[in-house]
Amino acid sequence: MHSNQDNLLELQDVTTTFFTKQGEVRAVDGVSFSVGKGEVVGLVGESGCGKSVTSLSIMRLVPQPAGKIVSGRILFKNEDLMEKTAEEMRQLRGDRISMILQDPMVAMNQLLTVGKQLGEPYKFHDKVRGSLREMCIRLLEKVKVPAPESRVDDYPFQFSGGMSQRALIAMGIANNPDLLIADEPTTALDVTIAAQVLKLMKEIQRETDASIILITHDLATVAQICTRVIVMYAGRIVETAPIKIFYKNPAHPYSVGLIRSVPVLGQPVDRLFSISGQPPSLFAMPKGCRFAPRCNKAEKKCFKHYPPETWLDENHSVACWLYPGD
Amino acid sequence: MQGYIVKRILIAAFTVFTVLTVVFFVFRLGPADPVMVMLPPNATPQDAENLTKKFGLDKPLMVQYGNYLKNAFRGDFGSSFRFDEPALRVLLMRFPATLKLGLVTFILSVTVGLSIGLISAVKPDSIIDRIGRLFALAGMSLPSFWVGIMLILFFGVTLRWLPIAGRGTPLHYIMPAFCMSLYPIALITRLSRSSMLDALKSDYVVMARIKGVPEFYVILVHAFKNASIPVITVIFGIFGALMVGSAVVVEYIFSWPGIGRLVMESFFARDYPVVQVFVIVVTCMVVTLNLIVDIIYAYIDPRIRYQ
Ligand SMILES: Nc1ncnc2c1ncn2[C@@H]1O[C@H](COP(=O)(O)OP(=O)(O)OP(=O)(O)O)[C@@H](O)[C@H]1O
Ligand code: SF4
Ligand SMILES: [Mg+2]
Repeated sequence: MHSNQDNLLELQDVTTTFFTKQGEVRAVDGVSFSVGKGEVVGLVGESGCGKSVTSLSIMRLVPQPAGKIVSGRILFKNEDLMEKTAEEMRQLRGDRISMILQDPMVAMNQLLTVGKQLGEPYKFHDKVRGSLREMCIRLLEKVKVPAPESRVDDYPFQFSGGMSQRALIAMGIANNPDLLIADEPTTALDVTIAAQVLKLMKEIQRETDASIILITHDLATVAQICTRVIVMYAGRIVETAPIKIFYKNPAHPYSVGLIRSVPVLGQPVDRLFSISGQPPSLFAMPKGCRFAPRCNKAEKKCFKHYPPETWLDENHSVACWLYPGD
Repeated sequence: MQGYIVKRILIAAFTVFTVLTVVFFVFRLGPADPVMVMLPPNATPQDAENLTKKFGLDKPLMVQYGNYLKNAFRGDFGSSFRFDEPALRVLLMRFPATLKLGLVTFILSVTVGLSIGLISAVKPDSIIDRIGRLFALAGMSLPSFWVGIMLILFFGVTLRWLPIAGRGTPLHYIMPAFCMSLYPIALITRLSRSSMLDALKSDYVVMARIKGVPEFYVILVHAFKNASIPVITVIFGIFGALMVGSAVVVEYIFSWPGIGRLVMESFFARDYPVVQVFVIVVTCMVVTLNLIVDIIYAYIDPRIRYQ
C-alpha cells in the first residue's frame, strides 16, 4: 500500500452517496488517494465526475440530508476525520483544513461586508490579535486586492469577479491551513485574471507550504502549478501520476483523451481532439469499466468487470484492463 | 439611501391620493343617492333639497371633488349619519380595540410562525416540522369564521372556560387572537420554512461552515438574514390587508368593539361616511406598513441601500 507517515491527507475507499427521489447516486465511489505535506495535487475530470463532492466529503460538509459518506476513512494527520465530533470538525475547518468554493459570486454572503466575512476564520478560532479589522486589511493586502483599507468595508456586490475570488482565497488562507482545497478557482474568471489568481496561489503555496488540492477540468492549469495529477471519471479515480510522467506517458485511455484535447501552441485548432460521447448517468452506471462506452480500446472484459487499481511504478497508478498488473 | 426613502414616501403619498380619488368617485357615482339614504321615510322634498345644499351635492362634480380633497387633508371626512359626529372621530374611537387585538395577533403570529418555520427548516422531517406542516395546512384552509364559531361552541359554551364576547380581561383576547392569527401563522411558517431551507442550501452557508463558523451563528446570521427578506414582505406587507379582512369577521363573531365591527354596523345602517373613512384609514395603514417594509429592506440589503 502506498500510504506513509508523511501523508497529510489520505482517503481510503471513500464512498459518498446521495439518496434522492429518483434513486441512489454514488457521486464518489470507493475513492482512495493521498496528499503529501506541501504537495500540490491536481484533481481533474469532466463536469459531474465528483470532484466537488470529494472535497466536500473531506470537509465533512456533504449536502444534508440527501448526501452521506457511507463508507471509508479520511485520515488527516493520521487521524480519521470520520470519527471526529461536529465540534472537533468545526475547529479544524477554517483553521487546519480550508476550502475555496467554486463560484466566488455566490460563495459570499451578499448581506455582510467582505471584512466581516474575512474576519470569521479568526473570530471563531480565537485568533484575533489586536484589531480584527486590521487583520482583515492585511489579509486583503496579501491577496493583492487594491485599496484594502476601504475595500474591507465593501459589500460583495461591489467586488468584481476577480476580486471576489481573491477575497475568497483570503478567507481560505487566513489561518495558514495545512490543507487548502481550491475548487476551480479560475473557472469563473477571464484568462488574464485567471492567470493572476493562479500566480497568487503559487506564491501563497510557497509562502505557507500548505498542501493544496487544486480542482479543475483544465489540464493547462494543472501543468502550471501541480506536481501530481489525480484523474477522476464518473465517481472513481482512474489514474494518478506525477505531472511529468502523466504528460509523457498517460496510461488510462481517458487521460490520453484529456491530454489530446488540450490545445497546443502551434498546432492547428481543427485537429483539436475531444472525447466523443457523454459520461454515464450516475443512476445507470455501467457494470464494468465506466469509460467503456466511450473507449476505443474497450474489450469484452471491460464491459463485465471493473478494472482493479494497478501500480505501474511507485507513484503511478491506473485502473484499466490494459494494465492487468501482477 | 435617502433618495430611495424619499422615492418610497412619494410613491406612498401618491397611493393614498389615488385611493382618496377612487373612494370619492365610487361613493358619489354609485347607485345609492346619499341624500335619499339619509333621510327618514317621511321626509319632504324640501328636506331633501336642504340636505343636498348642506352637503354641497348641488355643486358640479369637480368642485365637490376639490372640496372633498381640501377637507380630507384637514382630516374632515364628513359626519356620521348615525352618531352626528365626525366620521373620523367615530372610527378613531373604536380604533384602539382593533389595534390591541391586532398587536396581540401580530406578536403571536410572528413568534409562533417564525419559530416553527425556522425549526422545521433546520430539522426537516422532525416532529415539529410535521406538526407545523399539518398546522399550516389547517391554517391555510379553515375559514376564520368557522374556526371562531367552533371555538365559541367548545371553549365558551360547552366548557365555559373562556368568555365568548366583548373585551376587558386578557382571557377575552385568547379566542379572537387565536382565530385571527391562524392564517398568518400558517403563511409565515410556510414561507420562513421554505426560504430558510433555500438559504441553508446556498453556497455562502457552506462557505461559512468551511470557515469554521459555529452552527447557531450560521443559522441566525448567515442564513436567517437572507431568508428574512421574503418573510418580512409577508409579515408587514400582506399583514395589514390580511388583518383588516379577518378583523371584520372575527370582531363581528366575538362582538369585539373595534373598527371591523363598526364598519359592518355602519354598512348595514348605510352610514356611508364611516364606511368611506374606514376604507381610507385602512389604506393609509397598509401603505404605511409597505413603507416600513421598504425601509427595513434598505436596512438589511446593501444592494438596495447603495443603489
Ligand atoms: N445535492 C445533491 N443532490 C443529489 N446529487 C448530487 C448533489 N450534489 C452533487 N450530486 C451528484 O454528484 C455528482 C458529482 O457532482 P460534483 O459537484 O462533485 O461534480 P464536479 O466534478 O464538481 O463537477 P463540476 O466540474 O461541474 O463542478 C453529480 O453528477 C450529481 O449527480
Ligand atoms: S478498462 Fe477497458 S474500457 Fe476501461 S479504459 Fe481500460 S481499456 Fe478502456
Ligand atoms: Mg464542482
